[in-house]
This record gives sequence, structure tokens and C-alpha cells, in this order.
Amino acid sequence: MKPIRIFVAVTLFCLLVLPMTGCSQAPQETQKAEAADTKVSQLETILQRGVIKVGFDTFKPWAMKDKNGDYIGFEIEVAKRLAEDMGVKAEFVPTKWSGIIPALLTGKFDIIIGGMSITPQRNLKVNFSVPYEFSGMSLTASRKLAGDRTRIADFNTPDTTIAVRLGTTAAEAAKNFLPKAKILFFDEESQTIQELLNERVHALVASNPLPFNLAKEYPDQLYLPVKEDLTQEPISFAVRKGDPDFLNWLNNWVRFTSSKGWLQNRYEYWFYTNEWEDQIQ
Amino acid sequence: MPIAHTPPRKPWLTVSAITDTAKFITLAGCLIWLLAAGTQRLGYNWQWYRIPQYLWQVTDHGFTWGNLLLGLGVTLQITAVSMGLMLVIGMGTALLRMSRSWAGRGVARTYMELIRNSPLLIQIFFIYFVAAPILDMSAFWAAVIALSLFEGAYASEIFRAGITSIDTGQWEAAKSLGMGPYAMYRHIILPQAVRRVLPPLTSQAVSLIKDSALVSTIAILDLTQQGRMIDAETFLTFEIWFTVAAIYLAVILALAGAANYLEKRYKTV
Repeated sequence: MKPIRIFVAVTLFCLLVLPMTGCSQAPQETQKAEAADTKVSQLETILQRGVIKVGFDTFKPWAMKDKNGDYIGFEIEVAKRLAEDMGVKAEFVPTKWSGIIPALLTGKFDIIIGGMSITPQRNLKVNFSVPYEFSGMSLTASRKLAGDRTRIADFNTPDTTIAVRLGTTAAEAAKNFLPKAKILFFDEESQTIQELLNERVHALVASNPLPFNLAKEYPDQLYLPVKEDLTQEPISFAVRKGDPDFLNWLNNWVRFTSSKGWLQNRYEYWFYTNEWEDQIQ
Repeated sequence: MPIAHTPPRKPWLTVSAITDTAKFITLAGCLIWLLAAGTQRLGYNWQWYRIPQYLWQVTDHGFTWGNLLLGLGVTLQITAVSMGLMLVIGMGTALLRMSRSWAGRGVARTYMELIRNSPLLIQIFFIYFVAAPILDMSAFWAAVIALSLFEGAYASEIFRAGITSIDTGQWEAAKSLGMGPYAMYRHIILPQAVRRVLPPLTSQAVSLIKDSALVSTIAILDLTQQGRMIDAETFLTFEIWFTVAAIYLAVILALAGAANYLEKRYKTV
């Protein structure tokens, strides 16, 4: 045959098959490495690396961008303090909320510090520390569409539409409390707000203080139908399964830090004051 | 065109066929290994047994569609309406661009440049959040209009290419018979052009189905949005997205098959 064709065929064969033979040894090696990895705690890995990678998404006032483009907020401060107490630097990895648990599972970061509340479904996939804070779900409604409704039950009708953010416990709260209402799921908090201000949904369900702040910001368009929170949800750090050392450290960090009153103090600063308002865009 | 002489048929099994098959199998094996090794390395916990309930369920109450297939229904509805509108918009724009009217050409040109040079996601957001509240339009129609405007801009270029590809002799013949523009397009030009544009239009329709996944961002319960919601609730990330991808693949292959059949049937001689 033509020598060129043979040459091409041989090259192709080499290109395809040689990596395979190389590959066939690789899995055993990686498996060994992985077996060793699971024995070494994530805590150890973080300390050696000198950096803790923190996954979060922006929720006001948990985590937001300030005027310089840096992240500030309750969670950010918690994460920075945590890193400081560990003696490492905090690296922030902003991630879309709906994909945050898969990103943790695939090792994009070490820990989720993002106002994540404990749910049984989430707990099947990740481990939670003891709660360091509690967050309440609340509802803010459009005056024009739902002006006369003052009870939660008023919103539980088939002609009511509710906007929530996909993958949040607000979505679950909405389903639990308003099973008859039509619920629209959006990717971003800003889209649910836009939807409410455009008067296309009757109300929005989100974790406090967002509904409260919205009602304050747009008093002519929005109001709070009920004053008390729908739920009280425990907020925890989430880490991958199978690492008792890391979890133990986190649990005791929460106990230690709350015993000093630091967590409560920061929570009040971010949730009940507006002193930080001029730092953000 | 009739094929003048078919080359002599090759024997079924040749050396090159064997080596080709071997190469193909090696490559496919490599890819599968890569996937398996990747997920193994992540320590991913596969739970395929939880997937069928999202396709359909047979319970004591009888047969019910699962969320994914309900979502597929919405996707098909949106794409069917958008496809019709895409053809109308595409044909209209193509004819406007070739018209003698200066304003007509300008309008068609502006529309096309605007749509083709901005991202579809932004157009969907614009139509849903800005234009729809003014016009009191539902999310469904906002999605249909955004999609058909977007794909229509591309379809118009396909139509224009098809029409201009018709031999000048055909135009001259039509004119010499004393046909007006309407009769000329209706009886001479379009029947020939449509046959020529069928393959590129099919790929445009395929794009439409794939792009329709973007309407999930405006809370329409289409296939992608249903997938995202199940993913958000159960964290069966890989299983759900492989299933959703397979459903899209099946729909698109069916469409391509239908187009292939049409193409063979209406082939010009």
C-alpha cells in the first residue's frame, strides 16, 4: 500500500492506543491516592494548602459585593473569622445557589458558608455542622394584586402566584405553606424581586430580612401581610460526607464563638442595622 | 441530478473497514473510560433507580406522567409554535430584504443585525422583564416571541440564500411569461427554493429546540426547568442531566429523521 497511508494509520493507532495502555495503569494509582485521601481529613488538606475555599452565593445581607468589588456581609465575616482561627486564608468561590451542593460534592470548594439551612434532603448528600444561626422565611406582597390579604391562608388559593428562588428553602416553605398557589421558580433573587415589582406575582417568599427590607424600600408598591416569620430554620456549614475531624472542628468553633457572643453581635450588625448600607453598590 | 455512473460496489468486509472499526471502538472505549474514571474519582454516588419516577409512574391511581415528560410537553409546545412563527418571520424578512422598497430593506436589515449580534438570553430577559409587563403578555408568549424572533433572523438568511440560488434563467422565464412578482414567487421561485433550503432549515429547527432550554430562566416549566427543579431538590445532578440530555437527543434525532424523509421525497430531479 501507499507508505503515507500506512504511516498515518500507525500514527493514529499509537495516538489512540498508547494513552490507553498508559491509562490502564493510572486508575490503580489514583485509586490508591484516593484511598489515602479519604483517610486524611479535609482539615489537614486545608492547613497544608494554607487556604480554605469557601462556596457561597450572594444573598443580602449574607454576602454582597461592595463598591470595590470585594465581598462583604455576615457570611463573609464568619468565613474570614473561621479562616483566621484556623490560621489560613479564605478564598471565596461564588457559585449559583441551585448548583452549590453539586459543586461542593465535586470538590470545587471545601465548605459552604452561605446561609444554608439544614434540610433532610440536603443532609442525605452533605454533612452539616451544628447551627450557628437561625433564619426565618417571610413573605412580601404586592399592594396592587394582594392589597387586602392579611393572613397566610389568603395566599393559599389557586389564583395566587408566588415567586421564589430555585433550590432555596424558601421554595420548600412556599410549597409547604401555600400548596394551592402557583409557584414560579427563578434562578436569581433579583429576578423574583423584578417579577414582584412588575406586578406579575402576588408575593415573594424569601429568607429574612429580604422581604422586610423590600417592603421598606418600596412602601408604595409592597407590604408585609404577616409580621411573624413562617419558619425558623437552622443555618449551618455544609461539608462533604465522611470527615468527622473537620466536622468536629467546625462544631466546636460554633460553640466557642457563640459562647463569646461574637456570632450574635455580628448577626445583629448585619441584620438589624443599616450601618453597612453605604459600603455596597 | 441523476447519478451518471455508480462506482462498483466494494466487498462488505475489507481491511480498511476492520481497521476503521478498531479505531472507532478504541476511541469510544477511551471516552467511556474517561467518564467512568472521572466520576469514580469524585466518589459520586450513582442513584439511577431514583430516575424512572420522573419519567412516568404507574400507581394504584393509574398512569401518570413524570415531571420530566410533562416538561418535555411544554418544550414541544413552545418549539412547535416558535417554529411556525420562525418560518413566517424568516420568509417575511427575506422577501423584505429583497424588495425594491428602501424602507422595507432597512427594517429587515436593522432587525437582523440587532437580533443576530446580541445574546438570546438577554433578548429573553428583555422581552420577559421589560416588554411583556407593558403588553401584558404571559411568560409562555414572551418565550415564544423571543425564540421565534431570534431563530427567524437566521432563517431569513437561509431563505434569502435559497431564493438567490435560483438560476437567473428561471426569473427571466417567469418575467417573459408576463408574471407579476406574486405569481412568480408563488409558482416558480419558492417551490424550487424551499427544496433547497430544507437541510439548513432543519439545522435551524434543531437549534431552536436546543435554544428553547434558555426559556427555563423565566420560570417556564419546560424540560430544562423541570430538570433543574428536580436537581435542586434531590441533588441527583449527573443522573438528571444525563437523562435530560438523552431526551433532547431523542427528540432532535426524530426531527432530523423526519426532515431526511421529506428531503428524499421532494428531491428535485
